[in-house]
Amino acid sequence: MRRKKLRLSKIYSFRCGRACFKEDHSQIGGPGFSRVVYCNDPDCFEAGIRNYGDNYVSTTKYTLATFLPKSLFEQFRRVANFYFLVTGILAFTPLAAYTAVSAIIPLIIIVAATMIKEGVEDWRRQKQDMEVNNRKVKVRKHDGTFGYTEWKNLKVGDVVKVGKDEFFPADLLLLSSSYEDAVCYVETMNLDGETNLKLKQALEVTSSLHEDSNFHDFKAAVKCEDPNVNLYSFIGTLEFEEQQYPLSPQQLLLRDSKLRNTDYIYGVVIFTGHDTKVIQNSTDPPSKRSKLEKKMDKIIYFLFSLLFLMAFVGSVFFGISTKDDLENGVMERWYLRPDDSTIFFDPEKAPAAAIYHFLTALMLYGFFIPISLYVSVEVVKVLQCIFINQDIEMYYEEADKPAHARTSNLNEELGQVDTILSDKTGTLTCNSMEFIKCSVAGTAYGRGVTEVERAMDRRSNSPLVQQNNNGSNPTDDSTDNKPRIKGFNFVDERITSGNWVNEPHADVIQKFLRLLALCHTAIPEVNENTGKISYEAESPDEAAFVIAARELGFEFYKRTQTSISLRELDQVSGKKVERVYKLLNVLEFNSARKRMSVIVENEEGKIVLLCKGADSVMLERLASNGRKFEEATMEHVNEYANAGLRTLILAYHELDKEEYKQFEEKFSEAKNSVSADREALIDEVTEKIERDLILLGATAVEDKLQNGVPDCIDKLAQAGIKIWVLTGDKMETAINIGFACSLLRQGMKQIIINLDFPEIQALEKAGEKASITKASKESVVRQIKDGKAQISTARVGSEAFALIIDGKSLTYALEDDMKKMFLEVAIGCASVICCRSSPKQKALVTRLVKSGTGKTTLAIGDGANDVGMLQEADIGIGISGVEGMQAVMSSDVAIAQFRYLERLLLVHGHWCYRRISSMICYFFYKNVTFGFTLFLYEAHASFSGQPAYNDWFLSLYNVFFSSLPAIAMGVFDQDVSARFCLKFPLLYQEGVQNVLFSWRRILSWMLNGLISAVIIFFFCTKSLELQAFNDDGRTVGRDILGATMYTCIVWVVNLQMALAISYFTLIQHIFIWGSIAFWYIFLLIYGAMSPSFSTTAYKIFIETLAPSPSYWVVTLFVVISALIPYFSYSAIQMRFFPMSHEMIQWIRYEGRSNDPEYCDMVRQRSIRPTTVGFTARVAARSN
Amino acid sequence: MSPNTPTSSSGGTGSADSSAARRNSKRPKYSRFTQQELPACKPILTPRWVISAFMLVSIVFIPIGVASLFASRDVVEIVDRYETDCIPQRFRNDKVQYIQSSEDKSCNRSIKVPKRMKQPIYVYYQLDNFYQNHRRYVKSRSDKQLRENSSADDVSSCKPEAYTNGKVPIVPCGLIAWSLFNDTYSFSRKNQQLAVNKKGISWKSDREHKFGKEVFPKHFQSGTLRGGADLDDSIPLSEQEDLIVWMRTAALPTFRKLYGKIEVDLEADDVIDVTLKNYYNTYSFSGKKKLVLSTTSWLGGKNDFMGIAYLTVGGLCFFLAMAFTIVYLVKPRQLGDPSYLSWNRNPAGH
Repeated sequence: MRRKKLRLSKIYSFRCGRACFKEDHSQIGGPGFSRVVYCNDPDCFEAGIRNYGDNYVSTTKYTLATFLPKSLFEQFRRVANFYFLVTGILAFTPLAAYTAVSAIIPLIIIVAATMIKEGVEDWRRQKQDMEVNNRKVKVRKHDGTFGYTEWKNLKVGDVVKVGKDEFFPADLLLLSSSYEDAVCYVETMNLDGETNLKLKQALEVTSSLHEDSNFHDFKAAVKCEDPNVNLYSFIGTLEFEEQQYPLSPQQLLLRDSKLRNTDYIYGVVIFTGHDTKVIQNSTDPPSKRSKLEKKMDKIIYFLFSLLFLMAFVGSVFFGISTKDDLENGVMERWYLRPDDSTIFFDPEKAPAAAIYHFLTALMLYGFFIPISLYVSVEVVKVLQCIFINQDIEMYYEEADKPAHARTSNLNEELGQVDTILSDKTGTLTCNSMEFIKCSVAGTAYGRGVTEVERAMDRRSNSPLVQQNNNGSNPTDDSTDNKPRIKGFNFVDERITSGNWVNEPHADVIQKFLRLLALCHTAIPEVNENTGKISYEAESPDEAAFVIAARELGFEFYKRTQTSISLRELDQVSGKKVERVYKLLNVLEFNSARKRMSVIVENEEGKIVLLCKGADSVMLERLASNGRKFEEATMEHVNEYANAGLRTLILAYHELDKEEYKQFEEKFSEAKNSVSADREALIDEVTEKIERDLILLGATAVEDKLQNGVPDCIDKLAQAGIKIWVLTGDKMETAINIGFACSLLRQGMKQIIINLDFPEIQALEKAGEKASITKASKESVVRQIKDGKAQISTARVGSEAFALIIDGKSLTYALEDDMKKMFLEVAIGCASVICCRSSPKQKALVTRLVKSGTGKTTLAIGDGANDVGMLQEADIGIGISGVEGMQAVMSSDVAIAQFRYLERLLLVHGHWCYRRISSMICYFFYKNVTFGFTLFLYEAHASFSGQPAYNDWFLSLYNVFFSSLPAIAMGVFDQDVSARFCLKFPLLYQEGVQNVLFSWRRILSWMLNGLISAVIIFFFCTKSLELQAFNDDGRTVGRDILGATMYTCIVWVVNLQMALAISYFTLIQHIFIWGSIAFWYIFLLIYGAMSPSFSTTAYKIFIETLAPSPSYWVVTLFVVISALIPYFSYSAIQMRFFPMSHEMIQWIRYEGRSNDPEYCDMVRQRSIRPTTVGFTARVAARSN
Repeated sequence: MSPNTPTSSSGGTGSADSSAARRNSKRPKYSRFTQQELPACKPILTPRWVISAFMLVSIVFIPIGVASLFASRDVVEIVDRYETDCIPQRFRNDKVQYIQSSEDKSCNRSIKVPKRMKQPIYVYYQLDNFYQNHRRYVKSRSDKQLRENSSADDVSSCKPEAYTNGKVPIVPCGLIAWSLFNDTYSFSRKNQQLAVNKKGISWKSDREHKFGKEVFPKHFQSGTLRGGADLDDSIPLSEQEDLIVWMRTAALPTFRKLYGKIEVDLEADDVIDVTLKNYYNTYSFSGKKKLVLSTTSWLGGKNDFMGIAYLTVGGLCFFLAMAFTIVYLVKPRQLGDPSYLSWNRNPAGH
């Protein structure tokens, strides 16, 4: 996305701009403007009273003191955890069906595990804070010398000295710098993600403080606004030598920005620590939860209601049987002594007993709720993140950047993306503009081939060649040029190496190149070691121009406030000469003007206005004698635009002294005016001077598509993901890029919604806001309706539509009453491109798609302007590219290149989604199995609340005997390998349609659990019912039945896992068989403990179970029987109703995956026809 | 493996050198683990697997089923339900009153041995509708007290059978011990007494570790209400095997507990005369009482369920295996759908 060229251009206007510090200085001292800073005297009495905070910054969530209560509170805010806490507390009352310790220990383990995780995360943040807080900065000490101290020790009012390339430790008031005029350059990448440098300047009164010693008597007071979040405003006054001077943001250096190109600055600390603007600005990113997790909550509620139902049924039965125990003083079940009972079993107060029993039952059936689910899911997600971070195929060699999953919450959401909203510049394209072509004096130069041209070539080739080419294309790009110069891809020996002097219009070429070297706002940076010059430009386009000029012989090497120095190739002598141009004015760029100019005076005293701008505005400004090359140039410009290039027209106008003087007067007058229409006045003045231009030529800059983008988009389209492009670019550029990456194709019907109609433009000229709005809105409504009509009539056919809408229209389309209709149209289209959209609009569109369709949206972007969109979308992906870190900081996953999205979604997303959903289903299954056997047993124990199992069996079930294999599944399971995920993108639809976590699937898993529980319970009890258990004639007690049933459950749930997973590594084997083995080991160890601890399990395995053949025979029988239903079901499903991943497993199994024709057939039959991507393009051609 | 080690380690250092040039590289290290390419078997339910699994189950299950069925059939079991018959006619209308009265509770039963029974013959009593697994009941005991003499006062969990009226702790306390089964049986064949051995009917671990040798019953059955059997104060708990058996509570409301062993063979058509004392009150809750004589097999007592169930499941699996085979043969894949490949089309895959 192109940044608005606003800020840097103000550099040259601020000198005259001082007069506009008019606003609101009267408020100082009033409410909201109460801050007083005593410069260079931080310890004085008045400062002591005010007691502003120190410069210590903490970003941690907890402190040592608050960690325990706060994190516990966080933990128990979760309904399930809270429930377990309540049951844990209740377990200490006589209500409990089991011992309190056994109930509370799993909870402690779970909570402790989560808290440790939290703690470690916070400790990392703490370490980072420590690093920042302990950075050193030079500060003026009491003895007048400057010495180093830690950042955290800074106090408001301290004078600090910051060196080159150092960060500002706090918000500082700039006093002076190494430059005479007290300017300094600041990089604010950490604040707003912009890489360009900003210029700051101190007040004149303080600019002479160049030496440490100057500060000996320096005393001043600053009165200013209170700490606030506004980065771009600052209001205050400096009281210095009994005079008041107004302060503006121009004097404020913000914490976390960096001093550049300036040797040192002196500043006074104004805001410290949490008062600084950047900290005030740091809001917690919105915490996102995945849809799956939200659904998981619902399932837990569902289980809770089941639990309550079961407890209720049990209580009713219990109440009845308790009441019956004593009738008119006659005891029925006399062995329970109902005549002398506690309240819990009192037949005379049966309702009360039933209510108490209800609580007991709630505790007992609590095993329905998987206590370890949350923590398991969290552990699994963290491990999945490690896999994403470690994926070598998502590592970008050039920038040395691996993928980085910043939150672990959303892994599975990556597998369910329905719509991708993508930024264009820097995301689809490299955002490294390359000067590739130009047209000078009606001749086209530059023989580079653009990516778009290449794509178009490919289009005309046969499909097979096309696909093959795709893989190899990126490589020949990088190999051809010798050492490639970033931003310069111009190949034409007629121009390069000084050959241009021999061209027919050499003088025009000279002017052209000189214009490139002069007309910009870039700042050169000389590398002291190599002497090489690099440029800090406000946009990559600008950098490309300056670099092109340098490469072609017009090296810009120095800029001062008033001059620009070049090393030029002299046309006559062929030697390099240094020339200094006096910079008179910069007429800045803005989106309305669509052009920028500089006015320079050369060494001979000639004044020239150099202008570059969009063709639409430039052509009308050409002088009648300057149109010599117009026709040829325009032809070239159109060609360039078709090839997906950004074009600018270059022109100049020579001014005589008188003319300039007039202009200068008017211009400074306009600039110094303080009225509201200052901008309009300036516009008017500049409008007059930028006229009668003489055309030099046009430039073409390529915003290169990133490697593999068309391929990636094609795969994503095949996976059924819709891709919207939201860009700030012009409509033409956006459409070109759309073509280049196959989002658009020739046969597509384009629905273009814009407001470029003569009548609206006429209204705009007239400037009546109300009527413009009305007319625009009507027009947009009409266009949307038209589009809708077109789509609905064409629906029968297979015609594909593309919607292209510009920012202005979007404003209206996003209004409440229209957005539904707009969304309908947009959904009906295969591709949607929104051009000229503002960051806010991007976020709004994202929200519209998210809430309008209810599907998962993914936003991907790289710049600060994408932040809103990234935060709004279900998943935000940041491209860690050139536009700073802002996008990455607010993203959920950061990748280095757009093409990694393919692997991130199709492989990792799919896997994570599958893993987590299967794991959650399995968790519910295993707990239903376990919990329901308890319920069934209750039914045979007159619902008295006596568990079938030993207390510790109960409590360790979730922790030891069943969770680890589930976690292993959640981390490692793969339905098909990465290669097949990529080969058959249709697999991704499983996630989009959420088939693996549909209610049907969840409920069938629960049903499976229910069936298993019934089989286990009835078969065990029937087999062991009455008769002798072994040949010693002893019969089965509660202990034996419990242990046998438990053994069966452990076997069944673990074998069920073995059946359910499709990827058996050693780890799976260890966990599954280990869990089963551990149960026996546990039984041995627990049984060997003293009977006072092991109670009913004492020696049970050694003495009772192991020597009895019936135990083993029953186990074998019950386990196999319980698995048969699932096994048959999945055998039938696999064979006759395979799901997508199962089909692919078949293909792999049959070894047919190498048969392209066959795979193609499968792909074709898979899902809805893909409508974008080059595959679709090929298909469209063949029809 | 070992001869390879030096070369592989040198290879390792070589790659370390090359990566040392880019020490700060954030490039993830390649390992099969992190790249999720661990060697793994990826089983899928191919027809072959499905059919073999079903066949295997049926092949294993049917013999086991047959064996258990035989084992169960070998066991001779005699069940005699007596709770109604042992009430004199005149008390039949109010059985509870009878059982609580001090009438003579003797009752004579004669049992015919249907088949030869080899010793040891186990004698059980079977109660029905008796909730030994009721929570109040299960908890009403003091393991500590049973184990150690010094813990005689540890009766907190035993209410309401914790103290006598005089507030002296009862040993053994609690509802379980209090409701100890007290019907007694004596057997004779042809007027010849058959000895019932009551030693060794409990689990050894119970005798040795849960019931103390030093612990003697004290004030047992001297509470307000008399429950079941009384205990001999002179015999330590560890030898009160009836109590030990009873205290291992049953899992389900219908249960058998071992009464003793008859250690002589009984021949077919022998008539056993049982003299029983019908003391135990199951009439309040209309529970049945049964006397059971049974031999055992390697699998335990008589229960056809397991054998039949094994055979059924084995048969079902066989049937499923057949059904799958037929389906796969008859309808190798669905018409017109290329993705359902038939298993016999691709012999190389097998």
